[in-house]
Amino acid sequence: MSTTHEVLATRARPKPPSALSSVTTLAWRAMLKIKHVPFQLFDVTVTPIMFTLLFTFIFGGALGGSPRQYVQYLLPGVLVQTIIFITVYTGVGLNSDIHKGLYDRFRSLPMWQPSPLFGALAGDVFRYGAASLVIVIVGLLLGFRPQGGVVGVALAIALVMTFCFALSWLWIIAGMLVRTPESVMTTSFVFLMPLTFASDIFVDLSTMPGWLQAAVGRNPVTYLAKASRGLMHGEPVWAEVGWVLLASAVITAVAAPIAMRLYHKER
Amino acid sequence: MTYAIETNALVKSFSTTRALDGVDLRIRQGSVYGLLGPNGAGKTTTIRILSTLLKPDSGTARVLGHDVVREPKLVREKVSLTGQFASVDEDLTGHENLVLVGRLLGLGWRAARQRASELLDAFDLEEAASRQVSTYSGGMRRRIDIAASLVAIPEILFLDEPTTGLDPRSRTQVWDLVRGIAAEGTTVLLTTQYLEEADRLAERMAVIDHGKVIAEGTSRDLKTSVGSNALHVQLSNTEQRALAYDIIARVVGDDGMLPAAEPTDVIARLENPAQAAAVLTALTSDSIEVAQFSVGSPSLDEVFLALTGHSAETAQENES
Repeated sequence: MSTTHEVLATRARPKPPSALSSVTTLAWRAMLKIKHVPFQLFDVTVTPIMFTLLFTFIFGGALGGSPRQYVQYLLPGVLVQTIIFITVYTGVGLNSDIHKGLYDRFRSLPMWQPSPLFGALAGDVFRYGAASLVIVIVGLLLGFRPQGGVVGVALAIALVMTFCFALSWLWIIAGMLVRTPESVMTTSFVFLMPLTFASDIFVDLSTMPGWLQAAVGRNPVTYLAKASRGLMHGEPVWAEVGWVLLASAVITAVAAPIAMRLYHKER
Repeated sequence: MTYAIETNALVKSFSTTRALDGVDLRIRQGSVYGLLGPNGAGKTTTIRILSTLLKPDSGTARVLGHDVVREPKLVREKVSLTGQFASVDEDLTGHENLVLVGRLLGLGWRAARQRASELLDAFDLEEAASRQVSTYSGGMRRRIDIAASLVAIPEILFLDEPTTGLDPRSRTQVWDLVRGIAAEGTTVLLTTQYLEEADRLAERMAVIDHGKVIAEGTSRDLKTSVGSNALHVQLSNTEQRALAYDIIARVVGDDGMLPAAEPTDVIARLENPAQAAAVLTALTSDSIEVAQFSVGSPSLDEVFLALTGHSAETAQENES
């Protein structure tokens, strides 16, 4: 027990970490979780491949003349839909941390308290990036030819990520309010299915009845899909880009403080 | 004198239940202190307030001289908590978990990795270091959890039911660890439902029931408060219990009778050991079959019964 003796001896405690250092560390943890539970990546790789293939070949002929023509329209939107679906994992992960008691440990450490939230968001960058890459590659194989080139595609992905970060705050709130990770999932689908399908991701607005056009036209996802399409094809629609940025800012401004307050609330 | 932990009239309610109903504690530095009580007594709530995870509704708590509500950051820099549920990331390996905590305490990557390996060796987990915690046994999980609380040696370590659900061998291992930690100068506050555990580890303890401290002192103090001469009669035949109870009550008086946990037992407080002879004579002349007859210090189980009027195991209320 002589080694134990030394290991347990009192020593000077280190200086508490900076906010940047604790966020980086928690982002590292998020990456380790992906490494140890690679199944998490199934949803961000296989699902988008499946979506892209299914929609391109099933709807392609009917909606765009041919799958090859349709994929030019569809791909930027499928990217939007996929990443939006992945945002829910932020809330799911947070919920399981809270219920497993890990948050008690985090909260009793002398670090900048919101670090775990930002660490989780940093981990999301990887997931979003991986999914985007997969979709773009599948698209290229199916004949997707973005006129905006690498820069246009990169800008579109950046815009989608910005919106999805804002959306993540909503799942962080949901993750703290509901009891189980499964219910975060269920809640999210009730919300995300209509949000993404009632948009112009799959079909052009002009094909819909007037009343539906009005609703779908106001859906932020429609703006995001339009903006993403414009950027990828080298015909940026700046008004839509502006609206998406504004929507992201508003969601963040409202949801982030609520999330922070809930996070600090005792349970 | 200053105490490591000092609370005054702590009150905390959760919706309808009053978890703490005026808890006063004075805990000296450098000792192992036990909070003893059944489920729902308020042990966890007390520990969560002291480690700044909960705020009291009223009353004050000072940890190492810092008010837990006004200076939570200073408190967090000096204490560690090992909660009732493993507070490590099950997806990560044992080593990664300890590095994570080290980094979040402010260690550099290299120092955090070195400290992690050191602790894994000392806690007999070096072989499991690179395995995910989800593959660990209950005893290993508890050890990695306690190790995570010791990455930086705290001045006070809170252990919430450290051995609940462990097999006897793992329990002994945890006990040895607690003794080792305390021997190096860390004040340990542990909660337990096991009277034996408090008796073995803690120099002083508080018995807590329904959110109140109902007794405080050393294990010997508590035993003495119930009566140093406890008579313990175990009957061979349960049907004779009522009769035996009356016979003994006639000798020691109704006030001397103590509640017993087992249906075969009768327990009484003697004013002097000589009463034992009178009891035995009276029992034999009424042909009561006695399986065991002893006079001595009461066990902590009996202390708990005498203090609360109910057995430690039967109280069923969930703590939130």
